[in-house]
Amino acid sequence: MSRDFDVSPELARDIGRLSSRARIVGGAALMLCVFGAFVSPDQFLRSYLVGYMLVLGVVLGSLAILMLHQLTGGAWGLVIRRILEAAVRTVPLMALLFLPLALGVGRLYKWADPALVSGDPLLRIKSAYLNVPFFMGRAVLYFAAWYLLASLMNKYSAEQDAAGANPAAEKLQKLAGPGLLVYGGTVTFAAIDWIMSLDPHWFSTIFGILVMGGQAVSALAFVIVITVFLARRKPMCDVITPAHLHDLGKLMFAFVMLWAYFSFSQLLIIWSANLPEEIPWYLRRFNHGWQWVGLAIIVFHFALPFVLLLSRDIKRDNRRLTSIALWLLVMRCVDLFFLVAPEFSKDSFAFHWLDPMAPIGLGGVWLSSFLLQLKKRALMPVHDPHLEEALTRP
Amino acid sequence: MISKPIYGLIAEFDNPSSLVAAARSARAAGYRKLDAYTPFPVEELNDALDLHKNKLPLLVLIGGLLGCLGGYGLEYWTTVIAYPLNVGGRPLHSIPSFIPVAFETTILAAAVTAVLGMLALNGLPMPYHPVFNVERFALASRSRFFLCIEAADPKFDREGTAKFLELLGPREVSEVAE
Repeated sequence: MSRDFDVSPELARDIGRLSSRARIVGGAALMLCVFGAFVSPDQFLRSYLVGYMLVLGVVLGSLAILMLHQLTGGAWGLVIRRILEAAVRTVPLMALLFLPLALGVGRLYKWADPALVSGDPLLRIKSAYLNVPFFMGRAVLYFAAWYLLASLMNKYSAEQDAAGANPAAEKLQKLAGPGLLVYGGTVTFAAIDWIMSLDPHWFSTIFGILVMGGQAVSALAFVIVITVFLARRKPMCDVITPAHLHDLGKLMFAFVMLWAYFSFSQLLIIWSANLPEEIPWYLRRFNHGWQWVGLAIIVFHFALPFVLLLSRDIKRDNRRLTSIALWLLVMRCVDLFFLVAPEFSKDSFAFHWLDPMAPIGLGGVWLSSFLLQLKKRALMPVHDPHLEEALTRP
Repeated sequence: MISKPIYGLIAEFDNPSSLVAAARSARAAGYRKLDAYTPFPVEELNDALDLHKNKLPLLVLIGGLLGCLGGYGLEYWTTVIAYPLNVGGRPLHSIPSFIPVAFETTILAAAVTAVLGMLALNGLPMPYHPVFNVERFALASRSRFFLCIEAADPKFDREGTAKFLELLGPREVSEVAE
């Protein structure tokens, strides 16, 4: 078996080509978004939030899976480790892309409007947490934590590549446990700050975990698409087998079920309790046309992928698994749209051309930057103690 | 000379890898009615004997669907038809609260089908099996690995198959009495 996992010239060319295409499409879409920002700044921020949370989901989901693999081990994680590492190296870009949201806080969040808060006793009490300076401070803290975890995971991994040292493997494992706790805490609060507080009266204690489940689906779907892209070319065509894809397909299947379980738990608890401070969030989504979006999410984000991914043959098939993964990424976007958009259009279903434009723009620009990161390192961790096991996966 | 009909021929191997290699050669030579007996699970055998496809997944799926319909149907019948009580103003047919029970009965029926279906497809319980007529077969639960080619195989030929098995490098090839 060849020991050379460096990016082949042919692969470098294809990655470069895909990257520039993504940059052009994403750049053009973002230009349109900038235009949209001048025409209707409020709508721009709402659509941008959906697109931003989608891309952030891929990045942070990758961070979680990267650390999860250090704790659990397994051949599946070794073949995708470089994809995950490249994805988490884009945290600085995500911090930069957060700026429009930071600048638009006043337009996006009701609790940032002093006039509204002074007339609402509940918001007056909540303003101890929901106020602009603290919101910014927390955002800085989240990005600092994610940047620290992402760069340490990458740094130790690079050490392992250079020296083949076992201390590096140990450092990765020791970081992963506490790292996942930090991930859980920061993502929970980020979900509260950035999405849940769109309706500052509403609360759901499972919301953070629901967002994490969605991130895991996004990240794994994205990883599957990139893995299949790499598996068609040297050097990874000699590494990736149907068994690896099968493992990744099983994990995506599990995460889809996990996400569905969290979503349903939230619905069941709030629906059963039927309390005035919780149920309005669902009432908005059960009426005025929004219920069809909800139904579409149940069918196309859960039922259809669930039925398809039950099949062993589909999980081992490059093309069909990629199609499902791409489809799930689209549905992730719809799900985030469903979390955000009804807050701003309570009496009727509303869809704006910026809603698809922002995810395309952000996704394209991010993908281009991700691919440049992916090109930088060999595609397998050559000194990982479990490399042999991953390469000989039957 | 006319001899009594036999169940098949069994070859004894020292280690799992020669057994897997032998199973692969036998499949390659066209034998289909094969079985292997080992003291512990050998993962590669599924592949070597091509055991991936069977009807169990379909049975489990059907069991699960029936469990789901049964559970949901029971809930519907009790709360809507038999005992229509107003609980906290919720509709009689309240879908969200029906789902957990329907989910549980789905899992229950699917799991029970998996166990019973596995037993049925394996032909268990089986009080008698010809391979136990071979004295050394007792070692299959300790340290030896056996490959049996059954006489029901269309390619089976008492002498030819015995010679074929000898070529695979076993410790011993024995005839299995019916």
